[in-house]
Amino acid sequence: MIHQYKLGGYNIVLDVCSGAVHVVDEVAYDIIGMFETNSKEAIVKAMAEKYADRDDVTIPELEDCYDQVVALKESGKLFAPDNFESMAGHLKAKTAGVVKALCLHIAHTCNLNCEYCFASQGKYHGERAVMSFEVGKQALDFLIANSGTRRNLEVDFFGGEPLMNFEVVKQLVEYARSIEKQHNKNFRFTLTTNGLLIDDDVIDFANREMSNVVLSLDGRKEIHDRYRVDYAGNGSWDRIVPKFQRLVEARGGKDYYMRGTFTHANPDFLNDIKQMLDLGFNELSMEPVVCADGDPSQLTEEDLAVVMDQYEKLAELMLEKDKEGKPFTFYHYMIDLTGGPCIYKRISGCGSGTEYMAVTPWGDLYPCHQFVGEEKFKLGDIWQGVTNKETQAEFAACNVYAHPECKDCWARLYCSGGCAANAYHSTGSVTGVYEDGCKLFRKRMECAIMVAVARQLGNN
Amino acid sequence: MERIKTIETRNLCDSAKNGGCGECQTSCQSACKTSCGIANQQCENTESK
Repeated sequence: MIHQYKLGGYNIVLDVCSGAVHVVDEVAYDIIGMFETNSKEAIVKAMAEKYADRDDVTIPELEDCYDQVVALKESGKLFAPDNFESMAGHLKAKTAGVVKALCLHIAHTCNLNCEYCFASQGKYHGERAVMSFEVGKQALDFLIANSGTRRNLEVDFFGGEPLMNFEVVKQLVEYARSIEKQHNKNFRFTLTTNGLLIDDDVIDFANREMSNVVLSLDGRKEIHDRYRVDYAGNGSWDRIVPKFQRLVEARGGKDYYMRGTFTHANPDFLNDIKQMLDLGFNELSMEPVVCADGDPSQLTEEDLAVVMDQYEKLAELMLEKDKEGKPFTFYHYMIDLTGGPCIYKRISGCGSGTEYMAVTPWGDLYPCHQFVGEEKFKLGDIWQGVTNKETQAEFAACNVYAHPECKDCWARLYCSGGCAANAYHSTGSVTGVYEDGCKLFRKRMECAIMVAVARQLGNN
Repeated sequence: MERIKTIETRNLCDSAKNGGCGECQTSCQSACKTSCGIANQQCENTESK
């Protein structure tokens, strides 16, 4: 299977199963497009007619180009077959029972009252609560006990707003650091915060202990303050931006993401990206809102058309900024064509419910943060482990081949079947497909590959 | 004339031979939290490349 598209002045041919990427001229683009369903003679004849006015297109030359396509096919770089389905369960079976990442819901409460919050202002449709040290400690012990030979363990302090329970965050990090060496583990912590409670203590701690910090900022002040308001209805932009700037400046190059959400209020989110850049941030992420059908923040069909265009313009902006010597990263355009995940990872699906779980403030386990509060998805708790084996089995079986719609999608080895939570919330099944999300994902991958191509060719 | 330029990429078919160590990051952990993508993740098994 191949995917052909034109973007940024490039004619790109992606060979889906080998991962090969070819940049071709329009003649080769057409030849490859006809290759599987036409004979050599028919293709050469059609091309000779189509490009009759071009001196550089001759019959011998067309035959030579056709032969190059044949050679690429024979070397496995074009039209490579999908022989991976039998391997789909391999990785999860091999690592069955191994947990390597936990999302600790350290605070089911928040000091902001954002209408669009998928976690219903941090409460996850339940009561306000904070995690005690004892529960957090047990969660870390559970992770170590169930991590097998996996050395790097990821723990995300999430909420709600985790800094509303900052003392426990600090205690848990101290505890983890005190035991990681004896267990031959390395904790990688992440903190996701709305920024209101950032102070010098938080900055010192986060920059010392957190492998990554995710800072919530929607971009332009008027956009950010449309949703990200406190309980008195006041916008938070003016209060958090200087704090984020101080934190990032002091971070000394360690990873962070300035993470925004775009909604029906700002499908033109590139303006928010530009605002982030103007504020001095250069590790950026903007995510489409996740909300219930009919929610006022939901992106409409018209919005999605705007968003598609914005993604293309974002790719162009990245290449322009490269030229200016002011490169920035966009989370969804980070693609390493020469490295990146192996095929096992690419087909085994999101690790939610198996290698990754969320822990509530009272110690219950859920497949991921987006399922918290939906009782039927409760997997167990951090004392007993996973007891709801039936639900866990659904997630274990949720690989790219479990989604019938993915079979004919060229992007399946880049998304691994997509987000189980988005699939469930839009179709009622974790093996469903969130089609609007897929459309955006495919566009992002086209843009990401184009940027990578331009950079590798040195045209940026 | 050169009509096809092949970009340097990791061969996914070859990665089947000794991949699958499971050391890589979980999908949206530590990042976006609301959409799944694995393309932007790093392979953490240097021996398999």
